[in-house]
Amino acid sequence: MMRSVLPILTVLAAILVVWYGAAVWLNSAWAYDQAAREGRELTLVDVVNGTMAQERPVLPVPHQVAKGLWDGVAGQKITSKRSLVWHGWVTLSATLLGFAIGTGLGIALAVGIVHNKAMDLSVMPWAIASQTIPILAIAPMVIVVLASLGVTGLLPKAVISAYLSFFPVLVGMVKGLRAPDGMQLDLLKTYNASSAATFWKLRLPASMPYLFASLKVGIAASLVGAIVGELPAGATAGLGARLLSGSYYGQTVQIWAALFAAATLAAVLVMVVGLIERVTLKRMGMAR
Amino acid sequence: MMKDLSSMAAPVIEAQGVGLTFETNDGPVHALKDVNLTIGRGDFVSFIGPSGCGKTTFLRAIAALEHPTEGRLTVNGMTPDKARQARAYGYVFQAAGLYPWRTIAGNVKLPLEIMGFSRAEQEERVQKVLSLVDLEGFGKKFPWQLSGGMQQRASIARALAFDADILLMDEPFGALDEIVRDRLNEELLKLWARTGKTIGFVTHSIPEAVYLSTRIVVMSPRPGRITDVIESTLPRERPLDIRDTPEFIAIAHRVREGLRAGHSYD
Repeated sequence: MMRSVLPILTVLAAILVVWYGAAVWLNSAWAYDQAAREGRELTLVDVVNGTMAQERPVLPVPHQVAKGLWDGVAGQKITSKRSLVWHGWVTLSATLLGFAIGTGLGIALAVGIVHNKAMDLSVMPWAIASQTIPILAIAPMVIVVLASLGVTGLLPKAVISAYLSFFPVLVGMVKGLRAPDGMQLDLLKTYNASSAATFWKLRLPASMPYLFASLKVGIAASLVGAIVGELPAGATAGLGARLLSGSYYGQTVQIWAALFAAATLAAVLVMVVGLIERVTLKRMGMAR
Repeated sequence: MMKDLSSMAAPVIEAQGVGLTFETNDGPVHALKDVNLTIGRGDFVSFIGPSGCGKTTFLRAIAALEHPTEGRLTVNGMTPDKARQARAYGYVFQAAGLYPWRTIAGNVKLPLEIMGFSRAEQEERVQKVLSLVDLEGFGKKFPWQLSGGMQQRASIARALAFDADILLMDEPFGALDEIVRDRLNEELLKLWARTGKTIGFVTHSIPEAVYLSTRIVVMSPRPGRITDVIESTLPRERPLDIRDTPEFIAIAHRVREGLRAGHSYD
């Protein structure tokens, strides 16, 4: 434990040093501007001080972001529209719904690909093509089309989130369901096993490590999808909306606070999936 | 001679003019050509020969994992496919191939689950075959907790679990060291004596073939064919030190001659 703390702190310290340095450098132009307008000369100390607490800095310094985060998380009632917890929950619910849809879709397509020659040849190219289209181009159309059908709120965001997260699950599960080698398949053949039995007894359990690896990628992609889904059509709730309104009004501290909230959320989600992975594989006897 | 007559009476596996040709990009490969062989009930038949001689292909053809392109092959009087559907044989592969997510008992239970045995009968049979291969008390362990030899014994138990009359074994001890292999050979003979199964056994070890078999089928490659069938004169009861007797050495010598005749080691 102690052995890993020191390296982590070292890296963190290095990041903070670079960040403060960059903030001084990027924000100093505004400080010089202000001084020139007031006819003042600035010493180095003045410049540095002038870059630490600006209202709309180009790059907010770490302690400004930390304060923004703290205000957003702990400084508000969690039902308030200024609360990052509330916005985080809005994004999280779309993320989880989208992740569920995407995982289900990815597994279903993978099962089809492994069992059906026609799907094997036809689905994968489309799945790959779907991921080459920028999600930013797709998202507004999904929102608009679904809104014209009367579907608004959580579901359109979940659809965009599922669009991003089904792909890693699909790729991982195709690989996982095909993981059993010829000998293992021959063994089941000697039992005259049906393909359903082969699936439930061999292919599915053998794919579990692959499934969890892709779920970790999938849940992070789901979060990105949900945030992107909040950007178009001027959504008013969610971390994406915080990012958007922050950039409208030049509230860089708010943007960075929302970014950090999103990153923390992603880290927690990946950790939760990792925990479920460990428990499941342990119960299956696949972890030593 | 008596042995041979009984084979005639109850052929379990019968091959007449069996040939098997794989079509490859480099042209046809004759894996088996004109194979004639009758295996009787309770025989222990070893197939020995250099790699590429078709010994594994023939075993797989019996199991309906490959399909002959010529001749006639029957198992229990049926086509191999029908025999497989009737669950006529258990198959043991070179690697134990136990499922890592199942316990030893769970692995042995696998064929029973697929074949739809009742839960109570599954439990009973698992206990029975685990004790048959000397693995009582290991049912709750996972495969990685067992040595390679124990894993292979578990895979034999799995093949025995549904009590098929025929046991097909494809170099089952090939990956094990010689000490473990000797012990498993000895145990396999005991198991054969107790169960009276018909066993087809692929190996590339001359001592193993001579020690285990009632008949040794010597094969040679290009095209894969039978060059000699040797009836063993050894008694059924075989302690390990039988391998030092002149009789054993004589049979081993004949096997070696057969291998040399069929294959010029070019």
